[in-house]
Amino acid sequence: MSGGDPGSGMTKGTDIGEVRGLGSAHHGAGHWVLMQATSAGALITCAYLAISFLLLPDLSYATVTGWLKELGPNFALALLIVAVFWHARLGLQVLFEDYVDHPGRRFAVILVINLAAFAGAAFGLLCLIRIGLGGAA
Amino acid sequence: MATRPLSPHLTIWKWGPHMLVSILHRVSGDGLAFVGLPVLLWWLGALASGPEAYQTFTWAATSIPGYVVLVGLSWAFFNHLCSGIRHFFLDAGAGYELDTNKAWSVISVIAGIMLTAAFWAALVLL
Repeated sequence: MSGGDPGSGMTKGTDIGEVRGLGSAHHGAGHWVLMQATSAGALITCAYLAISFLLLPDLSYATVTGWLKELGPNFALALLIVAVFWHARLGLQVLFEDYVDHPGRRFAVILVINLAAFAGAAFGLLCLIRIGLGGAA
Repeated sequence: MATRPLSPHLTIWKWGPHMLVSILHRVSGDGLAFVGLPVLLWWLGALASGPEAYQTFTWAATSIPGYVVLVGLSWAFFNHLCSGIRHFFLDAGAGYELDTNKAWSVISVIAGIMLTAAFWAALVLL
């Protein structure tokens, strides 16, 4: 795609010439809205978890697994997992976009955080299902 | 690739409350992502694996380094929560007057510390 004759008007010119003047990629607004939505979800579910830590009689294995076998708390923590991993994935993207200069490396790092966030959330949800169904066999 | 300026330029700005709250928002958020989420998954994984795995987790969590990490994570959570709520107001277009901005920056940081202290006090006392 690069090269060509920048002066002819019939070719697309260089890579930079193709994107210059196009304005933004229009992905920023979507990122911002998701940041807002996931932060609201994380705020509510994390506040629920923090208050639960205070209200549970103790944090022993029996007490906590008994609590997470109930549908409501288990569901709340499932929502927490989705909200916080999604929120972290968006936040870390901004971090690496700010500090990783090289575009190829930046792409690779963001790919890794996508995979890590997805894997982390999947593991958390799997654990919650396992606790809900009675823990280890 | 065009060389674009990267942000933020920590070395050339004059320190102020609004700068501190912004940096702490990033530090606490990324701390929660890199340390908090693995601890959360360890906790859930231990609960799902059985009493022995949970005993290993509680042994680590109630050691002195464990408490340092947990207190740090709870501060990161409450700090990020307070400065995050501040961002909700900023995103709505409010609080950009210099005095107001400075005041809420200071309040966010102090509220994060106070909530952390209150949480641990309640955890120990309740």
